[in-house]
Amino acid sequence: MRAACLIARKELGSFFDSPMAYLVIVAFLGTSGFFTWWFGTDIFMRGIADLSTFFQVANWSLFILIPAISMRTLAEERKTGTLDLLLTRAVSPQQVVNGKFLACTALIFLTLLCTLPYYITVARLGPVDHGPVVCGYAGLMLMGAAYLALGIFASSLTSNQISAFILALVLMAVFHFGTSVLAANTTGTLGQLFQYLSTGRHFESLGRGVVDSRDLVYFLSLTAAGLLLAGRQLARSGAKPA
Amino acid sequence: MDLRTEHLTKRFGPQVAVDQVSFSVQPGEVVGFLGPNGAGKTTTMRMICGLTAPDGGTVLLGGSAMSPRSMELRRNIGYLPEANPLYEDLPVLDLLRFGARLQGVDRTLIDNRVACMVEACGLGDEKHKRTGELSRGYRQRTGLAFALVHDPAVLILDEPTTGLDPNQIVEIRALIKDLGKSKTVVFSTHILSEAEAVCDRLLIINKGKLVAEGRPDQLRSKGLGGATYMVRIPAAPLRDALRLLQGLPHVLGVEKGTAEGAYEVRMSVPAAESISAACSAQGWDISELRLAENRLEDVFRDATLN
Repeated sequence: MRAACLIARKELGSFFDSPMAYLVIVAFLGTSGFFTWWFGTDIFMRGIADLSTFFQVANWSLFILIPAISMRTLAEERKTGTLDLLLTRAVSPQQVVNGKFLACTALIFLTLLCTLPYYITVARLGPVDHGPVVCGYAGLMLMGAAYLALGIFASSLTSNQISAFILALVLMAVFHFGTSVLAANTTGTLGQLFQYLSTGRHFESLGRGVVDSRDLVYFLSLTAAGLLLAGRQLARSGAKPA
Repeated sequence: MDLRTEHLTKRFGPQVAVDQVSFSVQPGEVVGFLGPNGAGKTTTMRMICGLTAPDGGTVLLGGSAMSPRSMELRRNIGYLPEANPLYEDLPVLDLLRFGARLQGVDRTLIDNRVACMVEACGLGDEKHKRTGELSRGYRQRTGLAFALVHDPAVLILDEPTTGLDPNQIVEIRALIKDLGKSKTVVFSTHILSEAEAVCDRLLIINKGKLVAEGRPDQLRSKGLGGATYMVRIPAAPLRDALRLLQGLPHVLGVEKGTAEGAYEVRMSVPAAESISAACSAQGWDISELRLAENRLEDVFRDATLN
């Protein structure tokens, strides 16, 4: 855990030493702010003091931003050869993966933290039901973590960042849409299985303000699976170009 | 801490990159790893460091076998990769601190270790710069400092002087030689004079196999079983003498010497008598026929071309 934290700290420093972190935060705030406060079915149109519009927009924004954050994690280290520096130290491939994951998750957390003024503003506009808001944020974090794990796994498969981005997008799309489409077109146990595997469904469930252990287990399992697969892939392929 | 490899083997598809390589290096010894490009030097070094899993054989550090899980053993290794990759956005001091922390150096000792490395590798003027802003020479020094910052017992350096200017090469060689007094050092190079100047022992690898091993003077004197003779035949016409000498059995090559009528004859087996017999048959007087010390270049060529 110590090694993972050290890697996470260094990685987070790199995010903020480059335009990366600022771009992510600005892009997220710009998109979510535009659709939440100004355009389409914004808060004023709805006339209800809640953040459901924001959570829907944030869900889509993260869908694009997460592969952009995760694509460089391992692919870049492999390409530049700096994975050699990590893997010849007393650091296991899984610790490298976990460190990268912690840093990316912290960046998502900080990005979501920047939307706290939305919550405060809505709370001043009218009576807010705090449950769905807290659960909505928790849902965004959990879904973000699961997608980050998938993105890091995609990054572990290649030394090309663009390939890692597309691979992550495809993997996320499979869980976001693919499973819903399959669930709609199948019945019985298989249909239920596809429905359970759909990230969108679990996110919506949390967004309603209901904390269901099945949603938590789903997101945590997907995150753990992505991280373990990335760790295994890194241990298998090592630092050589994949 | 001694380093031993036993029948180390690595295959990439049908190609055997490293084939049953066994050697040992003792503490206080600097061993040079020589071989042409693609001979298997880097692959062997990566297997020693645990970066590449061998298909056969073992790496033993202080008697314990290296494995992907042997984290404690890795604390004893310092590795400088051939391309010397560095985190470009980190200043030198932060990079060294990061390396020391990763290797579990005691928190109270880290600043002291980093200061020692900055001093030893001559990074004082550049220590606040990001590594991406450093010149080639300083990058190499930073890579070396990163490999050394946790004070490892075993040092694996893959072509550490590549791209350095002559002054920097001399400094880095002196540093390696100094480190070799207390540590187990393996370093690869293409520069034979460098290997001879720095190393206590040389390993020559070709096509994945260890083809020669020994102290530089041993390798030169043994010449891998061959011999080089200095012959002087003042009366013989140049072209005739060259044709005669080149036509003798076991002759690998003949070069004209600097003196009048002098030739350097490299033979795969010692056979001075065949030279003198051939010259006598031609009626040429030999004014000098002596066994010359092999040059390391010749030993290297014999080992890697035959």
